[in-house]
Amino acid sequence: MTDLGPLIPRNRAIHPVPYDPDYKTSVPRSPGLPLLSMESTPSEETGPRFGHSLLGALDNNLILNFTQGAAPAIGERILMHGRVLDENARPVPHTLVEIWQANAGGRYRHIKDNYLAPLDPNFGGCGRTITDENGYYEFLTIRPGAYPWPNRANDWRPMHVHISVFGHSFGQRLITQMYFEGDPLINRCPIAATIKDRSQLDRLVAPLDMSKSRPLDFLAYKFDIVLRGRRQTMFENKLDGM
Amino acid sequence: MTQLLNTLTETPSQTAGPYVHIGCIPTFAGVTGIYPQDLGLSPIQDGAKGEQITITGSVIDGTGWTLRDAMLESWQPDAAGKFPGHPNADPAVTGFARFAADKDSGEFTLRTVKPGAVPARNGAPQAPHISLWIVARGINIGLQTRIYFQDEDNSQDPLLARIEQRPRVDTLIAKKTGPGQYRFDIRLQGDNETVFLDI
Ligand SMILES: [Fe+2]
Repeated sequence: MTDLGPLIPRNRAIHPVPYDPDYKTSVPRSPGLPLLSMESTPSEETGPRFGHSLLGALDNNLILNFTQGAAPAIGERILMHGRVLDENARPVPHTLVEIWQANAGGRYRHIKDNYLAPLDPNFGGCGRTITDENGYYEFLTIRPGAYPWPNRANDWRPMHVHISVFGHSFGQRLITQMYFEGDPLINRCPIAATIKDRSQLDRLVAPLDMSKSRPLDFLAYKFDIVLRGRRQTMFENKLDGM
Repeated sequence: MTQLLNTLTETPSQTAGPYVHIGCIPTFAGVTGIYPQDLGLSPIQDGAKGEQITITGSVIDGTGWTLRDAMLESWQPDAAGKFPGHPNADPAVTGFARFAADKDSGEFTLRTVKPGAVPARNGAPQAPHISLWIVARGINIGLQTRIYFQDEDNSQDPLLARIEQRPRVDTLIAKKTGPGQYRFDIRLQGDNETVFLDI
């Protein structure tokens, strides 16, 4: 089926630490023993594929998808866009990207969220799209509000959008968060601070992108996503039996 | 100085947080009307070949408390060990499922067909297994593990063979509780901590 090599092993040093006392919920939920490291197998190298037929016309428009176009969500209109690439700098085409976020006041449409900020009757808070042949994706949404959360006595999440990406291999599966350039809460957030290498955290901060901003309509923020790549050499063995 | 590698580095993970259900399984979270249905409701369709099985379990933290907010994904081949996309794969097996801990009990349920064996890259036989990925608030990078089966021969599996502390192998093996019924609990930390994978 493919003559690609195994997945490139994950560099765990660029990722957040699993255990971080400043993010209290991680304390009882982080493994205490080392992970078992092994070369990938077809179980990790294959993965679910989703076709463009999955998508509805408004799936990547969070301003309109909750009311199916009847009324727009409240908030600052933004375009969130970028490319999904792999570690070999190749685009990852036709892969599912899902996002979810709070509304403009910082409130999620969720039974567990009882923050003072009101729900927006026109905002659901999720969207999805599939990258094009160049790995490109975009969402039209509103800028999410910052919100307080129960951790230390006065912790606030910076404005952020949660992002889930599949890639083409189950071993590439990634969930992360996009932050916004200039938000002073990023430096105070214990969840952002689970990434100990500041230059890696910076990679989650989307810059304002005036080249994609549409006059009198929306600002744009650019967010590229890199998934694990696969090792390819002329010495790579062909897969047996696949 | 040297030449530049011109390779990229993987984007760092962040926790899926408490509201992952809104993004991944919105109907389950009560956000309806955006998508017709949640993605990954079942890894099989009517007519899938093989033994129908049900796996139930829960995700337990280091204090012994069962998580109510975990979300899991599974990926597996069909009963003959072929993944979707393979020319001979069972068209009724999509292989992918998303399921969540029950918000009251914390129990999850996966209904599927028992997967066939898939060889490793070097052709070595692997015992039948389902790949699992677990995310939740407090989990900063998704946890990978595998479900093997008590009633299969797991003795030659190369991954299980790599586990030094032999009693820990047991944490990856679903226990048979009845015909077609299995139990698989995931312990994030502490006694009988599940073996998590870097693979
Ligand atoms: Fe959030």
